[in-house]
Amino acid sequence: MHRVICRGIAAAAVAAFLPGAEAMAHGFAGDRFFPATILTDDPFVADEASLPTISLNPTQSDGSRELDVGSDLSMLITPSWDFTLSDQWAHLRAPGMPATTGFGALTTGTQYQLFINPEHEAMALAALDVTWGNTGNVQNLGAPAFTTLSPTFDFGKGFGDLPNSLPWLRPFALTGNIALDVPTQTETMGVKNPDDVFYGFAIEYSIPYLQEEVRDVGLGPPFNRMIPLVEFALTSPFNRGYSGTTTGTVQPGVIWAGQYFQVGAEAIIPTNSLSGHGIGGVIQLHFYLDDLFPNSIGRPISQW
Amino acid sequence: MVTHRTIGAAAVFAAVALGAPAVQAHAFLDHASPAVGSSVPAAPAALTMWFTQQLEPAFTTATVTDQAGNLVDTGPAQVDPKDPTELHVSLKKLPPGTYTVAWHALSVDTHTTTGHFTFTVGGG
Repeated sequence: MHRVICRGIAAAAVAAFLPGAEAMAHGFAGDRFFPATILTDDPFVADEASLPTISLNPTQSDGSRELDVGSDLSMLITPSWDFTLSDQWAHLRAPGMPATTGFGALTTGTQYQLFINPEHEAMALAALDVTWGNTGNVQNLGAPAFTTLSPTFDFGKGFGDLPNSLPWLRPFALTGNIALDVPTQTETMGVKNPDDVFYGFAIEYSIPYLQEEVRDVGLGPPFNRMIPLVEFALTSPFNRGYSGTTTGTVQPGVIWAGQYFQVGAEAIIPTNSLSGHGIGGVIQLHFYLDDLFPNSIGRPISQW
Repeated sequence: MVTHRTIGAAAVFAAVALGAPAVQAHAFLDHASPAVGSSVPAAPAALTMWFTQQLEPAFTTATVTDQAGNLVDTGPAQVDPKDPTELHVSLKKLPPGTYTVAWHALSVDTHTTTGHFTFTVGGG
C-alpha cells in the first residue's frame, strides 16, 4: 500500500513538473506506429520535418526528366491541430532544350486530427492545403499563376485487431487519402484548369510490430526497424475537357524508422504512358521533432 | 546554387538534430524473456522486458493474464534500478497455457508507448 501511495505521489510530481507529461506522439494509434509515408499524406498531426526528399521522376512522354529536391515542415499548434509548409526545387532536362531550374509553388496547409482509436489502431484527419499562385519562379515546373485549394481526408488503419488465428497478417496497415484540387481560376491564358481528384493508398508491413506484438523472429538491426510498403497515387481531372486523363505512380519501397528520424526509399513506376515511362526513384530523410526537441520546437504551441 | 543551399540546410538541420544533447524518445520493446509469441517448456518465474529507452518507473506498468483474464503476476512491474531500460514482472506458478502481456511504458522524456503480446507455457 505504501508503495502504491509513493508511486502516486511520484506520478503526480512527474505530471506536474515534466513538460508535456504523457506527451502526444507522432503516428501512434494504440500499439501501432505509422511511419511518415513519402508519396501519400500521413493520417496524423505531428511536429516533423522531411528534409530533404529527393526524387528522380520517370521520363515523360516528351522525353523530359525532372529532378526534385523538396522539403516539408509540420508544426503542432495544439495536440490535435497543426500547420504545414512545403516547397520543392526542380531541375528539368528536356531533349534539345537547355536545362530549366527553379522553385515550385509554395504549399501551406492546416490539419485537424478527427480521431485516434487505440483499440482498433485507427485514425483520421481533415486538412485544407493551399498551393499558392505566383510563388514559384518557373511556370513549367509546376509553379502556376493561380492558387489551388485542396480539401483532404486522410486515414490510417492497422490490422492488429485481427483474430489471433491470423497472426502474420496483424503487422499489416493501410493508410490513404483523398483530396479534391480546385483551382481558383478555371482558365489561365487560354488554358483550362480542371478540377481533379487525388487518391492515394499505402500498404505497409511493420517488422517492428511483428517482433513486438506477434512473434520475435530474431531480426536484429537494421531489419528490426524496417517497414516495407507499397504506395499508390492517382490524379484524375474530371471536367473542362480533361476527363479520362488519369495519371499516377506505384511506389514500392522500404522505410527504416529509428528513434529520432526515419529514412525511406522507393522506386517510382508510372501507371500509364501519360504518367511517363521507365522507373524513377525517391529517397527521404524525415525527422521526428517531438523526439528530438521535446521541450522546444517539438511541442505544441498550446496544450489547448 | 539553390540545390547546394537546400542540401546545405538539410545537412545543418541533420547535424543539429542528430547532435541534440541528451535527447530521449519513445521506449520501444526491444525483446522479452519469454520472447514475444514464443512457447517455453517450463513455467518462468518472471517476465523480463528490455526497452530501447530508459523508463520512468512511476508511469510504467505491465500485467500478465491467463486465457480467462485472471492476473497471474504477483505485483506491480519493477524497473530495474541498475538498468532503467529493463522491466521485471514476477509471476505466479503458471500452469500450461497461453498468457497475455500488456505493458505501458513512459520514457524519461514523457513519451508513452503501449504493447501487447502472448507467450505459451508447455506448448499450450
